[in-house]
Amino acid sequence: MTGSIAAIGAGLAAIGAGIGIGRIGGSALEGIARQPEAASKIQATMLIAAAFVEAVSLFAVVVALLGNG
Amino acid sequence: MELVTPSIGLVFWTTIAFLVLIFVLGKFAWKPIMQALSEREQSIEDALSSAEKAKEELTRLNNESEQLLKVARAERDTILKEAKQLRDNMVADAKGIAQTEANKMIAKAKVEIDNEKTAALAEVKSQVANLSIEIAEKVLRKQLEDKSKQEALVADLLKEVKLS
Amino acid sequence: MRRIGFFKPNLNKFILVFAFLSFNTAILFANEPTKNADSVHTEAVIEANDSLHATTDSVAPAHENAAEEKFNPSELILEHIADAHEWHLWGHTSIPLPIILYTPKGLEVFSSSHFHHGEQAYTSANYTYKLEENKIVVLNAENEVDEVATKSIIDISITKNVCSLLISVALLLFIFLSVAKAYKKTVGKAPKGFQSMIEPIILFVRDDVAKPNLGHKYAKFMPFLLTVFFFIWINNMMGLIPFFPGGANVSGNIAFTMVLALFTFIVITVNGGKVYWSHIFAPHVPWWLYPLLVPVEIFGMFTKPIALMIRLFANITAGHILVLSLISLIFIFKSAAIATVAVPFTVFISVIELLVAFLQAYIFTMLAALFIGMAVEEPHAEDHH
Repeated sequence: MTGSIAAIGAGLAAIGAGIGIGRIGGSALEGIARQPEAASKIQATMLIAAAFVEAVSLFAVVVALLGNG
Repeated sequence: MELVTPSIGLVFWTTIAFLVLIFVLGKFAWKPIMQALSEREQSIEDALSSAEKAKEELTRLNNESEQLLKVARAERDTILKEAKQLRDNMVADAKGIAQTEANKMIAKAKVEIDNEKTAALAEVKSQVANLSIEIAEKVLRKQLEDKSKQEALVADLLKEVKLS
Repeated sequence: MRRIGFFKPNLNKFILVFAFLSFNTAILFANEPTKNADSVHTEAVIEANDSLHATTDSVAPAHENAAEEKFNPSELILEHIADAHEWHLWGHTSIPLPIILYTPKGLEVFSSSHFHHGEQAYTSANYTYKLEENKIVVLNAENEVDEVATKSIIDISITKNVCSLLISVALLLFIFLSVAKAYKKTVGKAPKGFQSMIEPIILFVRDDVAKPNLGHKYAKFMPFLLTVFFFIWINNMMGLIPFFPGGANVSGNIAFTMVLALFTFIVITVNGGKVYWSHIFAPHVPWWLYPLLVPVEIFGMFTKPIALMIRLFANITAGHILVLSLISLIFIFKSAAIATVAVPFTVFISVIELLVAFLQAYIFTMLAALFIGMAVEEPHAEDHH
């Protein structure tokens, strides 16, 4: 049972991270389309923001792993 | 769970490895590398700035020579202008002088011509007068050859005297 | 995130990579739910560590040749990402590694070949040891596990990960000491050979990671940042090599990332200035919010390095699991035809993992620089976040 619940939790985390990273990527794209000269800056910022979002999902994964064990 | 439990052995070895790296590399690698990099950057910057300076100097020299050239050109222009003016003046002066000379000569010639003309006329007049006197003498001599005619003339003349 | 470095990656690649990292998350547990279908193995659920074994039990009956030796991908994958006391090369060939134990009765050093792949116990002068699930336990006279004695010994063996770590350290020392020598030789000249490969990376760390985050104080932290960056990167890269000198999951091991995060935490805390501490203990909020905010800020002090630790660990481990899962597909379906799909896909993932190896080193260094930058901030700078 716990394994399934952990899997569901990890899946939910993946959904959240997917939405978050999608939004970041989309907004970055809009930003670059609006200001192509700021592309490199936007990309770097996007990268960092994506890393933060991803970290949250990975936290969830680790918690799921712990719960699983 | 085993996966997320750090094992003491690896923690120990990683710590040692990291400390060794940070001390050895920090002392023997990063320090000389960073120093070399910044030195090279400095030298490149210096070279660039000196090149910039040389360029500036060159531009300055160029400007200067151009300025000189400009001045020289202007001077040449003024000299040429002046020369032209001088030439024009000279020509104009010469023309003026020639004109007046010509005028004078013409006037003189005219006067001479007039004089000649007057003299000629006077000659002609005196000739005509002489001739007319001669003719009149001859006419009178012819008319007054007989005595009657002299007497008639005297009578006429006396008549006129009476009347007046 | 106001001070961000210059980094010009291909946007598409990064979106792809992050999409994959999220995908990895799902992959980690992808085979979990099938377990429930297999209600016969209820007892397996209770047993710790067995959750993944059940998966193959449910998969195997689908294939009729159950008489053959069952292939268990979860076991293989877990075995790979975990540490080991011997370095498996191929088939039944492995390199025994030295075991070093710090016991209350003194230091003990012996070869792991005495355990015969965990099948036999080894009796030294003081204790009898046995390998149980890759962990060294002490046996008492009745051949049972002596819990008290097991807890009293400290295992600082040269395991597979430690060995890989030492190889990485040797490589790093070799590379950078020779590069440093090259710099001494070619003073003020253009870089040559290997030097010109390393230089752009060093400049990248300096100009795009350290300078934008640390300002004029960057020089002090350059050794730390460079060491962290190259240490993580080379270990990530070594982990991607599938055979002997590499293949160990060093940077995907929580102990490794924990040490790095710990050093980062120490650097942050030691260099924390007035602004940093006042930000934690006297934030710019009404006084009645202090009981709420101060604990949150103190908590935040610890979550930053913990986030660094988990991020690196989870990313690299997920990468390893993904590659192995794809290769395992061939053996799960017992068909070479699957290889035509699995192998190109593995190559694709491996290429992405090469990028991730660099990216994670960059992100770790970047965030470390960012946190250090926040800690060393000058008072006149904006002190709210």
